[in-house]
Amino acid sequence: MGNLLVEERTVVVPGEKIAEGLDYLPANGAYRKDDFILAGRLGLLIMDGRAVKIIPLSGRYMPKRNDVIIGKVIDVTISGWRFEINCAYSAMLSMKDATSDFIARGADLTQFFNLDDMVVVKIVNVTSQKLVDLTTKGPGLRKLYGGRIVLVNCNKVPRIIGKQGSMVSLIKNATGCKIIVGQNGAIWIDGEPKNEVIAIEAIRKIEQESHISGLTDRVTEYLESKCGKIQMPAQEEQPQEEQ
Amino acid sequence: MAYTKRLDGRKQKEFRQITAKAGVIKNADGSAYFKIGNTVAYAAVYGPRELHPKFMQDPSTGILRCNYNMMPFAGMGNRVRPGQNRRAKEISMVTQKALLPVVDLKEFPNAVIDVFVELPQTDAGSRCAGICAASIALADAGIPMKDLVSAVSVGTVDGTIVVDLDYGEEAYDGSVADIPIAYIPSTEEISLLQMDGEITKETLLEALEIGKIAWHEIIEIQKNALKEKYKVSGEENE
Repeated sequence: MGNLLVEERTVVVPGEKIAEGLDYLPANGAYRKDDFILAGRLGLLIMDGRAVKIIPLSGRYMPKRNDVIIGKVIDVTISGWRFEINCAYSAMLSMKDATSDFIARGADLTQFFNLDDMVVVKIVNVTSQKLVDLTTKGPGLRKLYGGRIVLVNCNKVPRIIGKQGSMVSLIKNATGCKIIVGQNGAIWIDGEPKNEVIAIEAIRKIEQESHISGLTDRVTEYLESKCGKIQMPAQEEQPQEEQ
Repeated sequence: MAYTKRLDGRKQKEFRQITAKAGVIKNADGSAYFKIGNTVAYAAVYGPRELHPKFMQDPSTGILRCNYNMMPFAGMGNRVRPGQNRRAKEISMVTQKALLPVVDLKEFPNAVIDVFVELPQTDAGSRCAGICAASIALADAGIPMKDLVSAVSVGTVDGTIVVDLDYGEEAYDGSVADIPIAYIPSTEEISLLQMDGEITKETLLEALEIGKIAWHEIIEIQKNALKEKYKVSGEENE
């Protein structure tokens, strides 16, 4: 016995009653109070079988294991580098997780990553005290040269990437820019300046209209109006970076 | 002479007209605008973010830091010196205590959630308007919260119980009790209760019952402000 009081895929607010009865289980973002399941944050209600989930629409990035993100070097220490990753916590990349090359003791670590360098990194661990460990050993993890970084709402990243990377591929093909999307909301774009601007506008458009349907068509229309007909290569296989 | 007709013609239990909007300050992580009668409050939430000074960091939980400020031109005509005064410091503290029971900060050790409440125009009920705005702003910022917090003052003017006292009633030439209250609807708990004046216990309990109806109505307005922000021809995210 139990019934859903709110339709799936509607926006729910904290304290709103979502379901009644003992049939449903509160998952992330929802909690049980007596006979009801209430929303524990502002977000989109998604049902996963009997689990009630709330997908956030806003909120700063919270670091998660295995996320591939873009960070900026803010400190060089004896054994590694400290990164700013667009959230309340900084992250540490230690020497042994940075490269398989031999690094002599006391070597100048700025040769590898210097202050203000932007690097594609992967989170290997997040402790309960939110200490974050990174690695650059892995496909697609590297220092970024040139280009520019744009910050977006990290909750919109899945939409910007699209199913199997379809949305970001659309932008890459239309503008000819290299694009890497970090899960923390940092996006790296490298191409001709005027194409970079078009790519950024397309990304902002997706960010603002992510909850309206027909987005892919609108983005295609927008890109075609700015760049001409888009040539989609025959079979697009997804490079690791975007995931 | 008993106070039967309110100064602005409102009914006894009627609160002033409310306009509430979410997401009005683009730079903030969450924000809200809350106008009740002539009292206007803006709230901006930043966080969770790194907490400085470091000695304030708490490794077991995040902290909520509230800052209430009335702008120099907000009051009745005379310009007040800008900056925090004792009253503002106290209101900042009670705002923080009013909001703390609903937010879940265990997810953010060593971090801070900053709430700024600014009022460009006031006509009494400013701390309540600030709490209502701050609630909406915290939800807008995606902070995990059990519920929103609703707030409005109740009180008596010359023996008559009223809801939402405006400046004229607070300053009324007669016996006045002004009681700002913040309320959490899902648990029916009161997270702020202050009083200015004199009231009997029975009258206070009666006023609280009358207030409950108002708080439940106001929370609906706050919830709608959040939903309005995301309402577009009924379509969904992803």
